[in-house]
Amino acid sequence: MLAEFGQFTLILSFFVALFQTTIGLLPLLSSPLHHVNLRNATQRAAKLQAILIGISFAILLILFASSDFSIKIIFEHSHSLKPLFFKLAATWGNHEGSILLFALIISLLGGFLALFGRKLDDKFITLSLAIQAMLAVAIIGFILFTSNPFERLFIVPLEGNNLNPLLQDWALAIHPPLLYLGYVGLSIPFSFAIAALLTEQIDEQWAKWVRPWTLFAWSCLTGGIALGSYWAYYELGWGGFWFWDPVENASLMPWLAATALLHSAIVMEKRGALGSWTILLAIIAFGLSLLGTFLVRSGILTSVHAFAVDPARGLVILGILFYFMAGAFSLYAFKSGHIKQRGIFAPISREGALLLNNLLISVMLVTVFVGTLYPLFIDAIGGSKLSVGAPFFNQTFIPLAVPLLILLPIGTMLKWKRGDLGEALRLLLWVFFASFAAVLIFYYLSGYKSIMAWAGMLLGIWLIFGALFEILYSARFGQLQWHIALRRLLNLRRAKFAVMCAHMGVGIMVLGLAAMSAWRVENIKDMTIGDHMTIAGFELEFDSIENVTGDNYNEIVGNFLLSKDGEALGVIKTSKRRYLKRDTPTTEVGLYNHNLGQIYVAFGQLGEDNKVQLRAYYNPLVLFIWLGPLIMMLGGLLSLTDRQGRKIRLTKLNNSEVENE
Amino acid sequence: MTRKQQRFTFIIVGLLLLGVAIALILTAMKDGISFFKTPTQIMTENLDPTTRLRIGGLVVIDSIERQNEVLTFQITDNNMNLNISYKGVVPDLFKQGQGVVLEGYLTPNKLFVADSLLAKHDENYMPKEVADSLKDQGHWQGQTPPTND
Repeated sequence: MLAEFGQFTLILSFFVALFQTTIGLLPLLSSPLHHVNLRNATQRAAKLQAILIGISFAILLILFASSDFSIKIIFEHSHSLKPLFFKLAATWGNHEGSILLFALIISLLGGFLALFGRKLDDKFITLSLAIQAMLAVAIIGFILFTSNPFERLFIVPLEGNNLNPLLQDWALAIHPPLLYLGYVGLSIPFSFAIAALLTEQIDEQWAKWVRPWTLFAWSCLTGGIALGSYWAYYELGWGGFWFWDPVENASLMPWLAATALLHSAIVMEKRGALGSWTILLAIIAFGLSLLGTFLVRSGILTSVHAFAVDPARGLVILGILFYFMAGAFSLYAFKSGHIKQRGIFAPISREGALLLNNLLISVMLVTVFVGTLYPLFIDAIGGSKLSVGAPFFNQTFIPLAVPLLILLPIGTMLKWKRGDLGEALRLLLWVFFASFAAVLIFYYLSGYKSIMAWAGMLLGIWLIFGALFEILYSARFGQLQWHIALRRLLNLRRAKFAVMCAHMGVGIMVLGLAAMSAWRVENIKDMTIGDHMTIAGFELEFDSIENVTGDNYNEIVGNFLLSKDGEALGVIKTSKRRYLKRDTPTTEVGLYNHNLGQIYVAFGQLGEDNKVQLRAYYNPLVLFIWLGPLIMMLGGLLSLTDRQGRKIRLTKLNNSEVENE
Repeated sequence: MTRKQQRFTFIIVGLLLLGVAIALILTAMKDGISFFKTPTQIMTENLDPTTRLRIGGLVVIDSIERQNEVLTFQITDNNMNLNISYKGVVPDLFKQGQGVVLEGYLTPNKLFVADSLLAKHDENYMPKEVADSLKDQGHWQGQTPPTND
């Protein structure tokens, strides 16, 4: 009964969304007098729609938690002995459930927009909610007609098939919701862009509205991608963290577009320029989200991350993608001429720097796009089957990313309207010397070689120091007495600290990438109990092997004693797991942090008589690769908490200081 | 600068960057791309040993042998078999009868030396190229390749 109720509320939400689209578009026809009423009706519909689909999703969660195997997807993807957390995570570990999650987030964001969008004008919010509802109609319709999560089985099985073992992991349990929040989060900037084109109101105010939503989506996307990468690192068992796989690229492309959008929206908000470009980016960013969903769902590209694929239903997503993008681009082509071009600006200025940032990110996006879709294109025109691998992306993406990152600290030091490049460079010369000195010290201490890697380290430190310097400079350290400067620093807008975090996060990530590219050590060895292996100055001794029974799996665990220079450091465990009802084993890796590096051990294939193949890696600074994005994400969220109120406080403080001086 | 000149400057800069990107893309195409071949194509065609190839097929039953770190086995498209030698990480899902995708180079004596071995996360999943090539040759067993997982 519960399942039928869930399906019923889902159907209701479909009709509510349909209603919401219809009345939401009426402001285009009616006189402004009716706009308030239409706004109220649309907002109520948006909230109702969110609640209905929320109930539907909650019911699916309950069904998974209670292991109701009469539901097809629960039989296929769950097991009664699985821990509750993974029972719940299995809800989106399958095609139907994950699309329902996608729809849920679209509706929830629409609901939030209706709740918090009080400041938005009547016509604009009504139209935005209409577009948001149109997306909901498409996705919910897709669920109802092709992928019903509540489908029953006529013969109720006693036990389920269990979830794919690789997905029974905390990181991959929360990775899809976070990633979807990012993907779908970009639907609001999209709806805003369409509403702006329809109302022809494209100005600073629009940029102010769109920024927090973009920031939210960007933060979630950053976190989601990093989490997925960390999962691949320790779960796939060969210690890689980014493969330039189509599925990974599918998430990187909207991230790049969202990053560009964030920066261009700043220019639009502060200077009223780049309006047309920002709108285009908002459309493209969401288009790439849909494209990503299509690539992942359809399995059309060969990927190591192919889960829950279904080519036939993938085509429907392609149809949805084409509908919204064709509509959006035609509207853009038709209306963008009406966008008032405002604000002349000098190339050497903050806005000039942000424009350069946008151009560079856009061409980086182009290279990823070409590399990801080229095989599809060649296949479609009947050419030979080919695949584009990591070397392609390393040779195109990195040469474009490096200049962007070198220029980043310089851009942040330029003033709006008219920047002084000489002044900025003079100030940053000290930052450069400090970074160089730091690199020399690290070089001396570590004794590692490789010029390329140290150049990468220099770039990372340059970004970190540059971000710190920028904020200290804003507080006017060195110009004012230090206690006044400190007080100014503490009173700076949170958005300032957010920018610092985001840029520092990039630097930290670069450090990790540079170190891993050159100084990673790998060793593979066949071992029996008592054997030793040395790696990067560490010694691993194969101590014992044991059988362990878990909740819904059995595993063979190997214990390895880790020591360095004769001093025991601890035990590292690695295991092969075999989950109930699933044929294939998984490898659980053993990790041990030492200073800033990580020892990584994983079982290769197990032989007879306790003979095992062991793979071990020493991964220097590897955690920085995810620490960086984590800090970037926190920066984004911090910026969301920034309110104008703090700005006013600072203005007061400034005035009082000026008087004091 | 007038607005027109300004826009012109930005467009030029944008086009220049795009040109750089295209140049990078074209040079990277040389060694970043690998062509997909089936075992039959490899055995019958004359292939340049310096081109990077990507091959797919099913691991032949009872063909897997291991000597120290080197794994040797055969893959098949149910028409012809191809000898593979591979050194490196063996995915958990690798086993006989399983569809795999390999990347590497062909030696003149038709031994394929692979540096990358891919088996899917999902035990029911068959690499798309493998499924297509099996279908093309009428050896498709009707095993539904991608199932929901």
